[in-house]
Amino acid sequence: MSSMLFVLRLSILLGWQDVKQAYRRSAIGPFWITGGMAVQVATMSLVFGLIFKADLKHYLPFLAISIVLWGFISASLTDGSNSFINADQIIRQLPLSPFVHTLRAFWKSIFTLAHNAIILPIVLVAVLQPIGLQTLLVIPGLILLALNLNWISMILAIASVRFRDLPPIVTSILTIAFYVTPVMWYPELIGNNTVAHFLLGLNPLYHLIQIVRLPLLNQMPTADNWYLSALFACVGWLVAILVVRRYQHKIAYWV
Amino acid sequence: MMADITLENVSVEFPIFNANGRSLTSRILEVATGGKLDRDPDGRVVVQALEDLSMTIESGERVAIIGHNGAGKSTLLRTLNRVYVPTSGRAMVNGSVASLIDINLGINPEATGRENIHVRAALLGFSKKDISQKIAEIIEFSELGDFIEMPVRTYSTGMNLRLAFAVSTIVRPEILLMDEWLSVGDEEFTNKAEARLMELVDATKILVIASHSRELIEKVCNRVIWLERGRVVMDGPTEKVVSAYFGK
Repeated sequence: MSSMLFVLRLSILLGWQDVKQAYRRSAIGPFWITGGMAVQVATMSLVFGLIFKADLKHYLPFLAISIVLWGFISASLTDGSNSFINADQIIRQLPLSPFVHTLRAFWKSIFTLAHNAIILPIVLVAVLQPIGLQTLLVIPGLILLALNLNWISMILAIASVRFRDLPPIVTSILTIAFYVTPVMWYPELIGNNTVAHFLLGLNPLYHLIQIVRLPLLNQMPTADNWYLSALFACVGWLVAILVVRRYQHKIAYWV
Repeated sequence: MMADITLENVSVEFPIFNANGRSLTSRILEVATGGKLDRDPDGRVVVQALEDLSMTIESGERVAIIGHNGAGKSTLLRTLNRVYVPTSGRAMVNGSVASLIDINLGINPEATGRENIHVRAALLGFSKKDISQKIAEIIEFSELGDFIEMPVRTYSTGMNLRLAFAVSTIVRPEILLMDEWLSVGDEEFTNKAEARLMELVDATKILVIASHSRELIEKVCNRVIWLERGRVVMDGPTEKVVSAYFGK
């Protein structure tokens, strides 16, 4: 049936409206979003560049990509977990697929990412970062990241509509995750510490960030990065589908 | 194509969670403390909105749902719209359903009238092509003129209603659900709106409307279902049920 197309189209339309909402009354329009992110990248690269005594030519592109990417991941998961709670009126009136609401949050963060990504070519050109064929791997990397974010959002959204204290917990966990995941620090910094290596390998966010970040820095993600990201997506979607089947009719009752 | 509705022993129960029942942290604490922390571990109270309802509605029927506030009228409408899947029993609804229960649903005050038409029509299930075909007609019907490019927050209440009415009534479902008759206050607009609504109702095979208005029910409906506390008190031809409910 055309219902999958309907879900896709409706969620894109609603997500786009949500992004527009964020800068509707701003004079500089969409660049209001990008501007905030650019300031964040500039200040953080100065502060942490000094703290880590890092060479800005390497640190600036690394951090710019990381911050833009992390902004996308964290917005998509926080908005994702709130997606049914925020759509309560629609859910009580229309028998829509639950994917409309989670995808709406996802598209909103994708559109915001597209705005923020403008910073990246500017930074990459400024530091004369070379790019090559492997830069194209950013595309499968992003797709794999998106697939993962979507199943996590679906499970979080269902759990959040039942347990209303979950969204703030998600926010707190993301704050912790920001520090334990190599977002603003180089993964190489952990050196030869085997325990730290092992723990980092267990962090799915690490692999998901690597498969997008490394291609943009003209490097190859490791095979482990790819395998584990793909495995995480497959297992995650399997669980998410079971959860949706079990609970989708409860959402209208809980919201 | 026939449209019909069959409810078999339908019950709809809402869990009412207290603060603890809604909280994941207190759930975890409960497990950690062996459930002794909270005297009411589940914190669960169930409200029975519909209880063991059975009915059949055939094509051609114009059904009014009456009953006092909290009788389950809205819950029944939402069950027919497949928003609530019954907690027990079966609800079989054959035919396309549209609901005019809240015509302001999805209207964003910051967006322009035109943007709102697109969103609202998409929520109603219209494709992009359908919308671009109908948008001129919708704008004309709403009499908003150039205001259609302005944010809805700048509209008067009457303009707001006209927009919501114009876009919501483009649906042509087989089963139409309404919560009270739509009245569009504006004096001049009323006649036009009335005609459009009648046309819409005439085109549907089944109408189910929750109403408190005797006049409306007698004018439009040929069957009345009287609900009280989620159960059917009386179900029959308009005249009989109406005089029992409202008095002679």
